[in-house]
Amino acid sequence: MAAQATVSSAPPRRRRFNRDRLTAILMILPSLIFIAIFVYGFIAQTGYTSLTDSNALQQLSRLPANFIGFSNYNDMINGTLNERFRTDMVNTVFFTVLFIVTCLVLGIGLAILLDQKVKGESIFRTIFLFPMALSFVVTGVVWKWLFNPTSGLNALPTLIGLPRGEFRWFISQESTLNFFWQDVPTILGFAVAAILVLAAVYFWIKKRSMVAAFVMAGGLLLVALVTFGDPNSLITLERPEQKGFNLALIALVVAAAWQMSGYTMAMYLAGLRGIPEELREAARVDGASEFGVYLRVVLPLLAPITLSAMIILGHISLKIFDLAYTMGGGDNLFIDMPGLNMYFLTFRGQDFARGATVAMVMLVMVAFVIVPYLITQLRGEKSL
Amino acid sequence: MTTSTLAGQKRRPYSRILIYSVLVIVAVAFLLPVYMVLVTSFKTPDQVDISTMWVPSIAPSLASFNDAMQELAPNFGNSVLLVVPATAISAILGSLNGYVLSKWQFRGANILFALMLFGMFIPYQAILIPLVQFLRSIGLYGNLGGLILVHVVYGLPITTLIFRNYYAEVPTELLEAGQIDGAGFFGIYWHVLLPISIPGFVVVVIWQFTQIWNEFLFGVTIAGNNSQPITVALQNLAGSQIVEWNVQMAAAFLTALPTLLVYLLLGKFFIRGLLAGSIKG
Amino acid sequence: MKFRKLAALGVTAAAALGIFGAVTAQDALSGDLEIFSWWTGGGEAAGLEALIASFTETNPGVNIINSAVAGGSGVNARAVLTTRMLGGDPPDTFQVHAGAELNDLWVRAGLMEPLNDIFEANGWMEQYPQGLLDLISDDAGNIYSVPVNIHRSNVLWYVPGNLEEWGVTVPANWSEFVDTTCPALQAAGVTPLAVGENWTQAHLWESVALAELGVDGYNGLWSGATSWTSPEAVGVWETFGQVLACSNDDRNALSWQDASRQVADGEAAFNIMGDWAAGYFLVDLALEPGTGFSWAASPGTDGTFMMLSDTFGLPVGAPNATNVRAWLTFLGSAEAQDIFNPLKGSLPANTTADIGNAELYNAYFQDAYADWTGNAIVGSQAHGAVASPAFTNGFSGIIASYGADGDASSAAANTATLALQTGIGG
Repeated sequence: MAAQATVSSAPPRRRRFNRDRLTAILMILPSLIFIAIFVYGFIAQTGYTSLTDSNALQQLSRLPANFIGFSNYNDMINGTLNERFRTDMVNTVFFTVLFIVTCLVLGIGLAILLDQKVKGESIFRTIFLFPMALSFVVTGVVWKWLFNPTSGLNALPTLIGLPRGEFRWFISQESTLNFFWQDVPTILGFAVAAILVLAAVYFWIKKRSMVAAFVMAGGLLLVALVTFGDPNSLITLERPEQKGFNLALIALVVAAAWQMSGYTMAMYLAGLRGIPEELREAARVDGASEFGVYLRVVLPLLAPITLSAMIILGHISLKIFDLAYTMGGGDNLFIDMPGLNMYFLTFRGQDFARGATVAMVMLVMVAFVIVPYLITQLRGEKSL
Repeated sequence: MTTSTLAGQKRRPYSRILIYSVLVIVAVAFLLPVYMVLVTSFKTPDQVDISTMWVPSIAPSLASFNDAMQELAPNFGNSVLLVVPATAISAILGSLNGYVLSKWQFRGANILFALMLFGMFIPYQAILIPLVQFLRSIGLYGNLGGLILVHVVYGLPITTLIFRNYYAEVPTELLEAGQIDGAGFFGIYWHVLLPISIPGFVVVVIWQFTQIWNEFLFGVTIAGNNSQPITVALQNLAGSQIVEWNVQMAAAFLTALPTLLVYLLLGKFFIRGLLAGSIKG
Repeated sequence: MKFRKLAALGVTAAAALGIFGAVTAQDALSGDLEIFSWWTGGGEAAGLEALIASFTETNPGVNIINSAVAGGSGVNARAVLTTRMLGGDPPDTFQVHAGAELNDLWVRAGLMEPLNDIFEANGWMEQYPQGLLDLISDDAGNIYSVPVNIHRSNVLWYVPGNLEEWGVTVPANWSEFVDTTCPALQAAGVTPLAVGENWTQAHLWESVALAELGVDGYNGLWSGATSWTSPEAVGVWETFGQVLACSNDDRNALSWQDASRQVADGEAAFNIMGDWAAGYFLVDLALEPGTGFSWAASPGTDGTFMMLSDTFGLPVGAPNATNVRAWLTFLGSAEAQDIFNPLKGSLPANTTADIGNAELYNAYFQDAYADWTGNAIVGSQAHGAVASPAFTNGFSGIIASYGADGDASSAAANTATLALQTGIGG
């Protein structure tokens, strides 16, 4: 993040120091082997397990697991029993979006305020950032108490004579923005098409590149497919299964944002401090208001930080486990997350194959966010 | 803020008031949970009443801390025994790796580094089942040794990343000077890099300390009964038995205390870790 | 098939060795004895400690390792146990619920030693109720664990004085509860039934199912004789829904203790919980049985005792099998059960235990024991007697979905699929 130039480059005098070069490789080798086994080896094994019907009884009986292809994945999407998984997917999406937006807005707001040469800046900064030092378990325990529906936050308004809050926080059973699981292919199709069309427009305006035409064509084709095809038939689950944004997730978002928004603030603050005063001054000389300076000069310069923050927050929220566990006790589906489902499938249900399946889905989601980021960061190198 | 040559100082006073009031309101909101923890912790069980949650006790008592301490003491010890070696080993390995990756680059080093970095983003659920089986097979399941190993291995990407970036800023000329003096791989590391690595180590140690202390998933799945870290004990305390809220809050406070102290005392380095590593949750 | 035969052979050989060992080393036991359980807190931990103390008194040479795994209501313990068994590193003896939890996993995998010799040598075949023996035996009559206690699941708790004040009586069945009791209480501003988090809802479900289906119908769910999608089974879900509608809506935020406490505090009228709640009312809340709190069989289940039992078994390959046999022999004795159960707050499984002793067993247990010996016995689903861990985990998801959408027919259909998938009733 903080732009650091990598000097790197090969060490001097290649030939003379061949032995040192070998030593260097030998020194890093154990770490590489560990990573190879503990990350990639284990992922491969989990991936394989997800393609079998492995469970505790089978393993304890020393029977081999049967290879069943992708039927566990199909089961997750279409099987009547895996409603929990589907709820988790929807929860994850809503939670991630809301969590990222909250953290970004709070983070940039606080950073801009602190950037106004405020007295006691370091005290404010310390206050906004200290939750980062805590464990999600601590956050969960404390906020669970604060979210107590009959008191806690709900009782705060009564201290100044207002009526008591009625929201039930993490035990709320209300949901909004409802849709059916069967609609997901359509929704996804339109979402992807919209992204393609926007990307095409962007390419055209910025680069006048012919790529734009292809991307646009792809996007429009997708729109046609979704509109005239029958994407919902991709889901073979028969019973209409209602999904939606569970309001209980707001509780999770509040607690998680309390913990993490200081982090985005710190990132933005570092970014703001890196913007030369002359740039802002120039804008002011051009007659821009203070607000205009931020809008036209500062915010665009913070765009890369926003992207990084989104990716980092996104991967945290996709794999969140401890917070939801501590707050929901494990079986509160209104704030359930895939990480919890995986834990319970594996260790309570002793169904290793399905546990592995959920884990692989989580991995793919995270990889989707992280891999492009890593590639661009390392290719650009300087910005890492 | 009275002397003003800087631009932006000529702002109208009411906007200043606005800025401060927003900051103060947000700060109070951020501190609400802390207030609640302290107020509840200092109550005795019969004073813990949901209807008077926000009201401080008239007769504060340390009894809850005493109870919480008794519940958590063994796990507090476990966490210390876990954090110290795991942090030390991953810092040392990270430093060596960072040295190699920044100053002794070899073919494919960047790709290997990227592959390594990926390891710090993965959801650990994706490696959990084979990990448990593997630890079992080498006799490290259910004890602190296993937990230490796991935290060292999955800590490698971030420690390597921080040191790599840190050493990258060390001018190559310094190393060349060392080589001319006849120092080899270790000589340069020992005499040239290590002496200037202290700030890097502080950042990494604080980072790893915080991460490992706060970690839960590995703690709950890999630790045995006698090696459960403090976060797991706190969750058990809060989740399974009937434990009064005053004790839960006191326990949460005790769990948070070490990392909080580190943050308050060495906040600068903590933030540097946050930003330099840029990443990790 | 071949494997099973081999395993059986091995088991028989090991059993023979075991008897030999037990006889010769009777008075000079030494070495370790690792006892694995999830009894880490409260009365159950105290009970286990007392058992260990008593055992060590007579066997001073045995070094007991108390491996109790805390947390997650036994989930952590089960995970650790499974991992250790998979790794060929079994503890000497471990806690397991009688019934499906024992049979469908450990016994089916051929990992438990039969203990018939201990039962026969100590006259336990007559001292333990046949219904319980059935739950710890396979079809061939091999017995695989020693029960230490009995808990009852279908108990309705209330405070007599409060009911009087609100003008309601203990409902005889669920339709009375839903039609009469519940509206009367709601009119009085009282929560009719206090219910807690997910597993306590499953616990409530089994009481409703037992009431609606009767003993045979309920047992049929697990044997395959009752279809999960039959109108009766769907009816269970419908009644369950009506009952939930009479409960508090912050269920997911409450532990079982929170729910029981609502009854004691007069916020709620009734609560259905296992009889470990007696200990909570009695010890934690210091209420007098009969006046401060009282109990009845859950509506519509009078005359039936839905039970669960904690048992200990001997895994194949246990490092100190001789010590385990001595331990199990002690555990099953009336003496040991009278040490353990008053502390844990449960009934002794051995019928020769001193149940009449009011010093040891309080009024609730005197009463419950009469039911235990006189009632029809069925196994609890929520606590592993009739369903495997895989079923229980899946069922928690169905309960949660039902809590969200209240769709009885889909819950019934899903349970049928789950039963099929996890080999229930097959």
